[in-house]
Order: sequence, then C-alpha cells, then structure tokens
Amino acid sequence: MRREIPLAITFLIGIFMLVDFFVPHYRVSAAAEEMKQWGTIVIAASILLGVGNIIRVHYRKIRRKREGWPYSIVTLAVMAVMLGFGGPWGTIEEGSAFNWMFLNMQVPLQSTMFSLLAFFIASAAYRAFRLRSAEASLLLIAAIIVMLGRVPLGQWLTRNLPEGAQLQELAEMVMQYPNMAAFRGILMGAALGVMAMGLRVILGIERSYLGGEK
Amino acid sequence: MAGGFDIRRIDRRIIFALIFIAVAWPLIKPMRLPIGVSPPVQTLYDAVEAVPPGAIVMLAGDYSPDTMPELQPMTESFIRHAFSRDLRIVVACLWPASPPLIERAMTPLAEEFGKEYGTDYVNLGYMAGGIVTLLGMGASIPNTFPTDYGGTPVSQIPLMQEVRNFEDIALVMDVSAGTPGTREWVQQVQSRYRVTLASGVTAVSAPNFYPYIQSGQLAGLLGGMRGAAEYETLVGVPGSATSGMDAQSIVHALIVVFILLGNVVYLVSRRPAGGRTRQGRDAA
Repeated sequence: MRREIPLAITFLIGIFMLVDFFVPHYRVSAAAEEMKQWGTIVIAASILLGVGNIIRVHYRKIRRKREGWPYSIVTLAVMAVMLGFGGPWGTIEEGSAFNWMFLNMQVPLQSTMFSLLAFFIASAAYRAFRLRSAEASLLLIAAIIVMLGRVPLGQWLTRNLPEGAQLQELAEMVMQYPNMAAFRGILMGAALGVMAMGLRVILGIERSYLGGEK
Repeated sequence: MAGGFDIRRIDRRIIFALIFIAVAWPLIKPMRLPIGVSPPVQTLYDAVEAVPPGAIVMLAGDYSPDTMPELQPMTESFIRHAFSRDLRIVVACLWPASPPLIERAMTPLAEEFGKEYGTDYVNLGYMAGGIVTLLGMGASIPNTFPTDYGGTPVSQIPLMQEVRNFEDIALVMDVSAGTPGTREWVQQVQSRYRVTLASGVTAVSAPNFYPYIQSGQLAGLLGGMRGAAEYETLVGVPGSATSGMDAQSIVHALIVVFILLGNVVYLVSRRPAGGRTRQGRDAA
C-alpha cells in the first residue's frame, strides 16, 4: 500500500488537472483552485525539508572531515546568522540586519561570481573555437557575427556598409532565422517529451519520484 | 618557438588580465558609442506605449543578485517607463531574492514620480510554487498572494481592490534569469489567459525565446545588457546598462581577437613542415 496509495493520488490529481484545463465549469475551477493552493502550501513546506537536508548533508561532511569540510562550516554558520537575524528582527525592514546583509554581502558576492564568467568565457573561446571542420567553421563565423553585432562597436565599425550588410542586422538575422529554427525544434522535442513523461507519471509507469525503485 | 614565447601555451592569467583592462578602461574613459535599437526591444517599448494611462501592469521578478548587472537596469527602465505613462504597477515574484531587488529599484523611482504605495504600485513579494503559483494567479491573484511584501493583507490595499486575476492586468513584464521564469509565464499564463507578455532575460538565455516572439506569445524581448541599454535609449534615460555597453564592446572585440589568434596558431601548427605535420614532429 506504500506505493499504491501515492500512485492512486497522483493518477486522480493528474486526471483532475487535465479535466480543469478542458472543462471551464465553475465547480471544476473552484475545486482546481483549492488544489492549487494545497500545491503552493506543499511546495512552501518542502523549503523546510530543503533546509533540513542542507544541515544534514553539511553536518555529515564536517563530522567525517570530507574534502572541503571547512566550507561546510561556513555554509552552516552563514545560514545560522541569516536565520538568527531574520527570525526575530524581520527580513524586509529597511536598516534591519538581514536586509543589510542581503544588500551589502549577498548581492555583491553573487554579482562577482556571475561576473567571473566573462574571464572564463574569454579563455574558453580562445581554446575551443577552432576551424576543425565545416560545421565548426560555420559556428565560428556565426559566433563572431553575433558577438560583434550585439555590441555598439560592431554597429559603429560597419556603419558605412549598405543596409543589410551591417553587423547589427546580420546578428539579428542569425538570431531570427537559423537560431530560431533550431530552438523551435528543440522546444517541440522537449514539449513532446514533457507530455510523454506527464502521461507516464499519471498512469503510474514512471515511478522514480517515489524513491527510485522500479 | 622552442625556448621562446609560445602563444599556444599562453598563461590564462594573461587573458584574464587583458579582459580586466578591457572592462575597466571604458568604464573609466567612456567612448559613448551610439546604441541602435533592435526589433524585439522596439516592439516591447511599443507594447508598453500601447497600454492606456491608468491601467494596471504587472512586473514579475524572477531573478537573483547574480544576474543584477544585466537585469536590474531592465527593471529600472520598465518602472520608469510605466510611471512616466501613469501606469500602475503590481509586483509579484517567483524567486525569493527578487522582492528586495525590485524594492531597491522601485522606491527611488516612486519618489521621483510622486507615486504612492498602495494606490499607484504594490509589491506582493515572493510566493513559493512556481507553475502552481502562476495557475493560482490565473484564478485569483489576491488568494494566491493574500498579503503584500510587508505583510499587509491585500484586502486593505486600494490598488488590489481592482485586481482579481489576469483579466485586470493590461501587460505583464517578466524579468527572468531562469526557472521558473519567462518560459513558464509563456506556457502557463500567456497561452492560457492570453495576457500581453513581455520579457527581459539574460544574454545567454535570450536565443531560447526568439520562437516566442515570432509566434506572438512575447510582445517583446530584452536580451542581456544590450537589450537593457536599448530600452534605456528608448525610455530616454541612460543608466548602468548604457554605460556598460562600451566595456562589453571592447571585451567582445578582444574575445574575437583571441579566437582569431587561436585559429591562426592552430592552422599554422597544422601546416606540414618539411613533409611532417606538427603531430608528426611531436611524435618524433
């Protein structure tokens, strides 16, 4: 019964949400709205599980002194500090310790991490973009057109060329035709995959979400 | 090249140093290159212009501090654009870190335009749930967000008396850095409730959303710092994105130079010398 009951709940809820999409009756909509609110509550509660899991994983790492364990101490300490200040004194009030730490520590730290991408992309581009084959050459040409066409310098450099040959227009053309065609194909494939997976979950064929057992 | 400088084995720290200089130099000494406007940005601007004054628009914040350099200028420009046209703004976020970031942009602009909280704009804060939250908003926004960011019940907020669901929203602007984000807004909200949806996303994810522009599901798209700079140009107030474009120009040009240099060295090293390729020489 430990598996049958969750499978039955998944089947009933899944079918009901499909009915809600196709049947615009107010009773169906009201019941579906109620269920969506339950869903929001369940997802919000799962955040607590996430916090518990972080504590468990990092506590084990510290206890067993696995590689990088001092960073786990930092993670848990920072979490404790944020929870400690956020709980009793609030998280959003201007001037509160939590808000101050968010704006003056988390914001610049995360921005710095993201900014490092520029350095790694430059280094990777230098090593990775090679004229090894016809396909790689096409990719290289498209990359150069988009990289220069998406910045004012490219626009400025080709400002005297005839309309249609300027880098900004070429970059937009690459984005609007070959790029869009490729992404549309990917989107359609992914959508079909999601539908198939949804049906497998509703019908109880896909059960990995119950704990990995087949 | 034996014993001398070998560009194939260049220390990556040299590349990093050059990138640092390429970023820093234009910020210290701006070149002020002209910024043209691409069609996806122009259509977004036109979509906001088409909303009648007094109407309610929604600003959806789905990003965190790491993508602020690209996305925060979009948020600021959208708020400025909306307030300058007397549009009222409802903020709703699917990412927990977004509400304070939007608050940071909203507060000074509200002061600048003389807008009042609760009447001209409201920040509903963050709600967990992603897709489920979006579907809940389709049925009832006040039920999905029962309080605002500060904990005030929405029943006590004048602006929220006019908002039931997406039927009362003239346009949604989603500033998105990932999932849940623009894709979920298109799939769950635009396609189901036919809301006019515009979006601002990071440069790296912008190519994913072009199919939605062509299909008409997105009324416009701001892609990365470039998109933000173009929007600032249209709104008429250059901000941090505009000043960042010079730096981005030089960095992109430098990366192109690196790529070309890497390929010249690659092709030269492949050319047979004395009947042997580089691989052959290495093997010998």
